[in-house]
Amino acid sequence: MISLKPDDRKSEKADREAENDGSRRAFLKGAAAVMAIAPGMTLYAYGTKDAVAKPLDEAATRKNRWGLLIDAAKFTDADVDRCVAACQKENGWKNTGHPLTDAQWIRRVNITNKKTGEHFSLPMMCQHCAEPPCADVCPTGASFRRDDGIVLVDKHICIGCRYCMMACPYKARSFVHEHLEDQKSYAPRGIGTVESCTMCVHRVDEGRQPACVEAAPQGAMVFGDLNDRSGKLAQLVERVATQQVRADLNLDPGVRYRNI
Amino acid sequence: MAETYKQLREYNNIFNVLLVLHVIVIAIGLGAAFYMEHHGHIVTGMNNQIVWGLPHVFAVFLIVSASGALNLASASSVFSKLAYKRFARLSAILAISLLIGGLAVLLLDLGRPDRLIIAMTHYNFKSIFAWNIILYTGFITIVGVYLWTMMDKTVTRYNKIAGWGAFIWRLILTTGTGSIFGFLVAREAYDAAIMAPLFIASSFVYGMAFTVWVLITMCQATGKRLLTRDVSNKIRELIIIFIAAMLYFTAVHHLTNLYAAEHTGVERFILWSGSVFTWLFWGGHVLIGSVIPMLILMQPNFGSSRAGLIFASVLMLLGGMAHIYVIIIGGQSYPLALFPGMEVTSTFQDGQFAHYMPSLPELLLGIAGISIAMFMTGFALKLLPFLPSPVADGK
Amino acid sequence: MKSVVILQRLILMLVMITFSGAVLPGVVGHAAAQPAWMPKPPKAVGGKCDADPKWMRKWHMKALDHKRDETMHKGIRTRKFSLKNCISCHAVKDDNGKYITVRDERHFCRTCHDYAAVRIDCFDCHASRPGDKMDKAARAGGNPHENATKMSSVIRKGDTAMADFHKYIAGEGK
Repeated sequence: MISLKPDDRKSEKADREAENDGSRRAFLKGAAAVMAIAPGMTLYAYGTKDAVAKPLDEAATRKNRWGLLIDAAKFTDADVDRCVAACQKENGWKNTGHPLTDAQWIRRVNITNKKTGEHFSLPMMCQHCAEPPCADVCPTGASFRRDDGIVLVDKHICIGCRYCMMACPYKARSFVHEHLEDQKSYAPRGIGTVESCTMCVHRVDEGRQPACVEAAPQGAMVFGDLNDRSGKLAQLVERVATQQVRADLNLDPGVRYRNI
Repeated sequence: MAETYKQLREYNNIFNVLLVLHVIVIAIGLGAAFYMEHHGHIVTGMNNQIVWGLPHVFAVFLIVSASGALNLASASSVFSKLAYKRFARLSAILAISLLIGGLAVLLLDLGRPDRLIIAMTHYNFKSIFAWNIILYTGFITIVGVYLWTMMDKTVTRYNKIAGWGAFIWRLILTTGTGSIFGFLVAREAYDAAIMAPLFIASSFVYGMAFTVWVLITMCQATGKRLLTRDVSNKIRELIIIFIAAMLYFTAVHHLTNLYAAEHTGVERFILWSGSVFTWLFWGGHVLIGSVIPMLILMQPNFGSSRAGLIFASVLMLLGGMAHIYVIIIGGQSYPLALFPGMEVTSTFQDGQFAHYMPSLPELLLGIAGISIAMFMTGFALKLLPFLPSPVADGK
Repeated sequence: MKSVVILQRLILMLVMITFSGAVLPGVVGHAAAQPAWMPKPPKAVGGKCDADPKWMRKWHMKALDHKRDETMHKGIRTRKFSLKNCISCHAVKDDNGKYITVRDERHFCRTCHDYAAVRIDCFDCHASRPGDKMDKAARAGGNPHENATKMSSVIRKGDTAMADFHKYIAGEGK
């Protein structure tokens, strides 16, 4: 129902007509059909259908497991920085000149092989584990894994104890140290709570891709459903050699890498 | 028969001055907490790498001490050492006070202390932290009941059960507190089951130090003798054993870590690198907090005198703070290994030793926690007969 | 006058002053025009509200809370009762034609909440004025709300805390 591209105008109109109709069924059909087309515009670039949004009034289910495949070989430093910038723009976090306390939902990690001197970099963010340590340790249940695999912080019940930050092996989380203003309406963030990459859940629910994926070089980041075996992502993960960061911890992250 | 316990009625100005001092420190600490909450944690030294700072050092120290403060009560009720029965009430009320002091610091450091009600109503039972909240509130309740069985003649027959309950509960509580760190798989400095027994042994030491500190302060404040030479001597020997146990678990913890190649990095960082943590570990925890107090207490005469006991206790408390500081801050300072064997950098301090400079508000809040515990204990002594009655001179 | 009588009247007076805030609006509010000291929330700019305004005055916090959990934990993103939707209709512009934030005391939520002295922390995290394209689309599109029976089907059955809410919603859709 969101109009970002001009073509989406049509979908919004269709939704509204269906709603005015009062017919739920018609609305669902209309929404689902449009959703399949609109995100397809970008996804078809990879050749297969992939992410299809659920209807807006239905709950996320275990049927899906959203994930990412990041090909480190396809990234230059500047490419990674573009992904970071896209995330900042999308979710409204920024550099305020306090490098130690500023939030970083996604960051460029520079890696040098000590033995060979080989250097490369990759984007690092919440790995959306199937067994997230942050959710295990959270005393109130504010850190949780949504049924479709996206790990989130419910800031309404986060008390700001930061135990999840102690537990996360990827340093993926940030604590909001200051009062904030003018947050994005779809990405609420506020003082005294912990936050991290949401896999752009507001976009995913609408059948769009995360902002970083859109900003990444062609084919360097693939977003999709790990459970959908006919989908691009699951097929890639099945076919090519992929790696999990800290695979030894057995957390089954939803974010996978190639060519580390 | 002379009564065994006394309400605090006659005391000199030392007591009043201490109470007033504690109230002032508490007020300043609450002001600091308000300042931190108003501005956000930006005004503290904590950041996205060192997420737990000085307030947590104080809080964990107080909570661990609380469990240990119950030592004398447990010795009398559970192990039937009647020599300690006179101190059982004081020991129990001190344990409750220390725990509340620690919890207050922990709570006031939260990002959203206004959401206390959420912490009390939303439980994630997979979280050891949530279990700890239950362990803490349960401890206060059980020790409260235990105190009741000690003080009300009509329920004395339940004293033994309550004593055992409190004893078991305190062991679980310290296990739980240690496990907060032990369950952190990704942090190389923690992730060890031995954190739990290490915390139990440490709790014995710090709890005894607080007990001795309060007892001797009350001797000064009442101008009476509360400890017989015999009891002083027994306490002296107990503390030596507890320190030895603590050192043993510390040694095993670090030696087993040194054995595993993946942990040698963090061990070198803590034990050998010359960082602030190396100094605090060897100088604070080992030398000041363990070896010197042990040497003092090994002198039968000086070690069981008021001066010797108080001196050793102060050193043990300082060493204890250093110990917890090394565990909490040092453990976070050592970088997480995202890509083992690779050199890693980023704008988020990946691959670097995180630096932490505590700020004044944090320190003031932490100290206020100790004052809350001491004020509560002092005030309680005036309300009900918790103190042992003085012993005759020469005994 | 007897001192007992004086005391009685004094107490009566105090009680009346104390509860006047609660009683007077009920007595006066309907009969005459709204007294000057009552809050005057600004008019909304969208179409019909998600529910009857009277109902909303009483239950908006429950509706918002409920919707918040549905969206946060299940990803249900219908517009009805979403904070974003409320904000987009109840946005207020300042003299320069710009939307004001909750820092301005003319903000829709503040007009009542200041009066009732009820602190809300929604806007520690949430945007308090319409910002992105979606909000604008919602504003331009009149009333895109689904009807009430749909919403009620989403509410968990047997949730006693929500029973009142449930009943109200079901009846309100007519």
